[in-house]
Amino acid sequence: MIRIQNMYKIYKMGKVEVKALDNISIHIKAKEFVAIIGPSGSGKSTLMNMIGCLDTPTSGAYYLDNKEVSKLKDDDLAEIRNKKVGFIFQRFNLLPKLTAFENVELPLIYRGISRKKRVQMVLEALEQVGLGDRIHHRPPELSGGQQQRVAIARALSSKPPLILADEPTGALDSKSGYEVINMMHKLHEMGNTIVLITHDSNIAQQAKRIIRIMDGKIVEDKEGAQ
Amino acid sequence: MNLLQAFNMALKSIASNKIRALLTMLGIVIGVSSVIILVSLGEGSSKVITERIQSMGTNLIHVRIFGRGSNRTVSEDELISLAANNSEVIENVVPSLDDTVTIKYSNKNMQTSLVGTSEAYQTVRNTNVQQGRFFSALDVERRQKVVLIGAYIANELFAGMSPIGQTIKINGDVFTVVGVLEEKAGAAQGSDDDRVIIPYTTAKRLVRNANITTFYVQAKTPDTVDSAMQKVEEFLFKKFNNTDSYRVFNQADMLNTVNETTKTLSMMLGGIAAISLVVGGIGIMNIMLVSVTERTREIGIRKAIGAKRKSILVQFLIESVVVSCLGGLIGVVFGVIGAHFIGKLMSISAQPSFTTIILSFSFSAVVGIFFGFYPADKASRLNPIEALRFE
Ligand SMILES: Nc1ncnc2c1ncn2[C@@H]1O[C@H](COP(=O)(O)OP(=O)(O)OP(=O)(O)O)[C@@H](O)[C@H]1O
Ligand SMILES: [Mg+2]
Repeated sequence: MIRIQNMYKIYKMGKVEVKALDNISIHIKAKEFVAIIGPSGSGKSTLMNMIGCLDTPTSGAYYLDNKEVSKLKDDDLAEIRNKKVGFIFQRFNLLPKLTAFENVELPLIYRGISRKKRVQMVLEALEQVGLGDRIHHRPPELSGGQQQRVAIARALSSKPPLILADEPTGALDSKSGYEVINMMHKLHEMGNTIVLITHDSNIAQQAKRIIRIMDGKIVEDKEGAQ
Repeated sequence: MNLLQAFNMALKSIASNKIRALLTMLGIVIGVSSVIILVSLGEGSSKVITERIQSMGTNLIHVRIFGRGSNRTVSEDELISLAANNSEVIENVVPSLDDTVTIKYSNKNMQTSLVGTSEAYQTVRNTNVQQGRFFSALDVERRQKVVLIGAYIANELFAGMSPIGQTIKINGDVFTVVGVLEEKAGAAQGSDDDRVIIPYTTAKRLVRNANITTFYVQAKTPDTVDSAMQKVEEFLFKKFNNTDSYRVFNQADMLNTVNETTKTLSMMLGGIAAISLVVGGIGIMNIMLVSVTERTREIGIRKAIGAKRKSILVQFLIESVVVSCLGGLIGVVFGVIGAHFIGKLMSISAQPSFTTIILSFSFSAVVGIFFGFYPADKASRLNPIEALRFE
């Protein structure tokens, strides 16, 4: 599903070059559950942005479902994100003025799904994360764990094959974090490909495969304990 | 994403910050309402002037002779023969002896203007009588001391009482009131309602300058106005041998001049008001730019979950257009009400025309699109990652 070859991402800060990604090559098959770990500033988020088609690399190739996407235009990338990728961020990234329902509905609107079908899909997704009774709440009226569950519902509402989570538990207490990870497992069982970025090696241990990166390079790629 | 959904999103975001939307609209509201008020006041006053000119009489030609002395005048006989010799184009010729006089009734004194003329003045100058009668040809011939008084004078001197048959003194001479003229200009002081009309034969003995220096010619039909004017000019040139000592002008010329002047004036006023509309547009652009910066993170999120450039552009563009159109709508309401009240204050009927309303409203929509485009474009070009990092 995901094939990255010799990918570089270089930021130029004046005369200093920062290699956020330094010759990365990864292959992730469909329906895998992969954890990416590494210290702060090692390039995890940068890598996730690449995988999620939010950013384009300085050089290297990226095949998503056998299609080279690293040189596509903004709007084409937007369409791929909309159809194939569900994002879950550390800081939820919900729109504070929209209700839970409207937040989850947003990717479906951009996809152009009819209203009737949207309502059904949104309710289903919110039901799935256990928030069927909170659909008209706005993010500020929800707890952190509930907000992250709305974000998960948004990521899965349009049924994308790939779910990317960048430290989804980072802003949560251990109980809510546990619930979120549980949900990721459920999504995996339902057939989604999951890429999970985390600091927490306990959480990483639950993944089938762990990729450790440091200074923009992959230093370890192993099957998990399970 | 279709337009209806973009519209919904825009409405939601406007509704979430009502005070700001209202303040943003203010410039447009003021712009649109002042365009409507100023243009309709201009049109209203032009209508008033037009009506006043038309009420002076139909197919009317004014003649004024300049200079003093007996060689700077025409005689009644000359006027009569001018009418008789050109009867195919000229209907009537009436002289007008004008002066300012003092009139007195019981113990009330007042200054007013006097017109000495013939009985044909009634039709030539379209002067109707409200009460009593106009003086007759016989009155003129016999130099009767009869007088018609304007509505203002009837109010001032007789206050409700019927003036017909009463006597007043004009510069000391006793005159009998035979009629009251129909009100023409709101019975105001100094207007056409503030005057008295007597036979010119009588006037000759009363006024300081008894020479005829003003007369009116009525053409047979609107089509003969030009040829009648030509005949009058020929007559005057033959008499004075130059073209500088008299002026001949007709009602149509006056109407044209007035219309052109008021049209220019209306357009200037409208233009000044339109500038305020443009300033309002700059206000919209300003606020939209602030709004784009404030909502950078929102834009990043929308892009991350799949919004294309066009979706963002349309969303922000619709926001600014909705704000400016709403402002335009409120401006139309204020403009129509404002024009009505100010028109009443100035006692002219300032009815905003449909075109004025539609034009000023469409202009506000155009302003919204024009000044909303740059901020919307800026929003649509944001890089999603940088936008997501934005605090
Ligand atoms: N827009 C940018 N401009 C310049 N440098 C950047 C930019 N984005 C990332 N970097 C640099 O790239 C490197 C990797 O950043 P990245 O955000 O991927 O790290 P991370 O592994 O996600 O860290 P954390 O665990 O703290 O989230 C860092 O050194 C960072 O300074
Ligand atoms: Mg990170």
